[in-house]
Amino acid sequence: MVERETLLGRVVPHVVLLVGVCIVAFPVYLALLASTYDAATVQNGQMSLLPGSQMLENYERIIFSGARATTREPVGTMLLNSFLMALIIALGKIAISLISAYAIVFFRFPFRMAAFWLIFVTLMLPVEVRIYPTYKIVADLGLLDTYTGLTLPLIASATATLLFRQFFMTVPEELVEASKIDGAGPVRFFKDTLLPLSITTMAALFVIQFIYGWNQYLWPLLITTRDNMQTIVIGIKKMIVTQDALTEWQLAMATAVLALLPPVLVVVLMQKLFVKGLVETEK
Amino acid sequence: MASVVLESVRKVYAGGVEAVKGISLTIPDGNFTVLLGPSGCGKSTLLRMIAGLEEISGGTVSIGGRTVNDVEPSERDIAMVFQNYALYPHMSVYDNMAYGLRNRGTPKDEIARRVADAARLLAIEPYLKRKPRALSGGQRQRVAMGRAIVREPAAFLFDEPLSNLDAKLRVQMRLEIRKLHNRLKATSIFVTHDQVEAMTLADQVVVMNGGRIEQVGTPLDIYRAPSSKFVATFIGSPAMNLVSGTVVSSDEVALADGSRLRFDAAIYAPGKGAKVEVGLRPEEAKVESAPGPQLPKLLCDVTEELGATRLLHGTLAGEAFVLALPSDAADPGRTIPVSASPANVHLFDVESGRSLRRSADV
Repeated sequence: MVERETLLGRVVPHVVLLVGVCIVAFPVYLALLASTYDAATVQNGQMSLLPGSQMLENYERIIFSGARATTREPVGTMLLNSFLMALIIALGKIAISLISAYAIVFFRFPFRMAAFWLIFVTLMLPVEVRIYPTYKIVADLGLLDTYTGLTLPLIASATATLLFRQFFMTVPEELVEASKIDGAGPVRFFKDTLLPLSITTMAALFVIQFIYGWNQYLWPLLITTRDNMQTIVIGIKKMIVTQDALTEWQLAMATAVLALLPPVLVVVLMQKLFVKGLVETEK
Repeated sequence: MASVVLESVRKVYAGGVEAVKGISLTIPDGNFTVLLGPSGCGKSTLLRMIAGLEEISGGTVSIGGRTVNDVEPSERDIAMVFQNYALYPHMSVYDNMAYGLRNRGTPKDEIARRVADAARLLAIEPYLKRKPRALSGGQRQRVAMGRAIVREPAAFLFDEPLSNLDAKLRVQMRLEIRKLHNRLKATSIFVTHDQVEAMTLADQVVVMNGGRIEQVGTPLDIYRAPSSKFVATFIGSPAMNLVSGTVVSSDEVALADGSRLRFDAAIYAPGKGAKVEVGLRPEEAKVESAPGPQLPKLLCDVTEELGATRLLHGTLAGEAFVLALPSDAADPGRTIPVSASPANVHLFDVESGRSLRRSADV
């Protein structure tokens, strides 16, 4: 404990934390509130700080039929699209980074360091920088409006490769040698020893990359044109900006609340492993 | 079981560093051989070449009559115990021991039998379901040995397996390794920098220095008849005293202050007038009750009490010298007349550091 146990010492930290929580939580609460009123009340700013009566109707409408004027697809479809995209990106990133980090750390081959530095350099080139050539390639391959086009360009990951590399470098050399003597070749060593040891690191990465994938905006905006391929982040945006109709704020807010759930669930469910993966060094 | 034969084995690292400079050595079947030397002398490299973890730059290694230079570690029929145990942290003790057997396709009931036998032998039966992290250092060490035992290899290789343990446990495990060897009678090669481990465990000690073998022999041979200054000062604690002298007759050597020591003419035959280094172990130097005109005198300045023995540090004929006395011996004072039985006086060549024994090729 840094502070002494005084009354002030107990109260002040709590006050500071509570203020912080309020600042973060109030907009979320407002979105939740807005999703329980009808369109007119929200539009007029007559919302109270207590929930309204339209909650079930709003959510039912948005999940199963959608805001017809703007997105033309039920949010259920968008949730599924977003979920698939985030899942494929997260799993793909982990799979490809594991393998490349394994190659870089445990094998000696010509241009090993060159390969490592090339991967490292791509950290400087996020999707936004290389967006035109990437779009061109994906379009030429006929991958527009497909899950492959949506996810493949985002799967290569220097960050994850670096993270796994750092982790692998802490695996004692003797463990590799013991495996060799125990008759485990490269594939067995990877499967039997390295993967089980990396589980917490993988979990931490999964959480981070799932949220990264879920929050993608620019890439899905470019690559998808069909309504049944749009992701929920795009959907929200479309609902808010309308040309000649009233923005159905209650529906947009309900969608936002729904969009919040999967990432929150992932974090909550994997929190234990996530924290372990970021701090644990036991080997 | 098998013998291990090395023939002018060399290791040159990329970059030109020669870690092992042509070593020939035979480890007979069932023998416990200890490779002993200071860090960087190439002993671990040599062991790793036998294990197949390090490529062999020259010469041949054969295990049980089969040259294994190009054989995978897992096919060499050896088992290795590592310094930091190298247990698989995510596997239970049972799985740690069974892993190598499973990879070789050993039948399940055979694995279960071998693991149970090894666990009983090492008294680790209660821990079979635990993960290594739930074990103490000594228990982990036992599991590491168990993993080696279940393979029933032709040779056991130990790479400083005791150096991670605390002093008390080290003594205990040392004894257990020796007992285990007496039971299993397996060819064993044990690397250490600890002379006590070498003396207590070995049938055959190989003292290495700078990538070469200094001496091979039983622990007593190495203690009693060191073949060089290096071996003489490396084995024994405190180290053997070395004082320069000149041979004055066929069995006498004169020190710098004119005092004399007798040596055994049957063992050493240096030329008269030759400059030599005279070696005398602290525990073999004797205190004379009365000063004689030709007796070397130790001018003692520090006394160390070790419980069973007392070490008297000082100078003799102008050079640092240590004398070990039993603690209950009378205080000999500050100026101590020293003598030694001729059989305990060693002579070394000043230039090469080799022993001047008649059969110097020991």
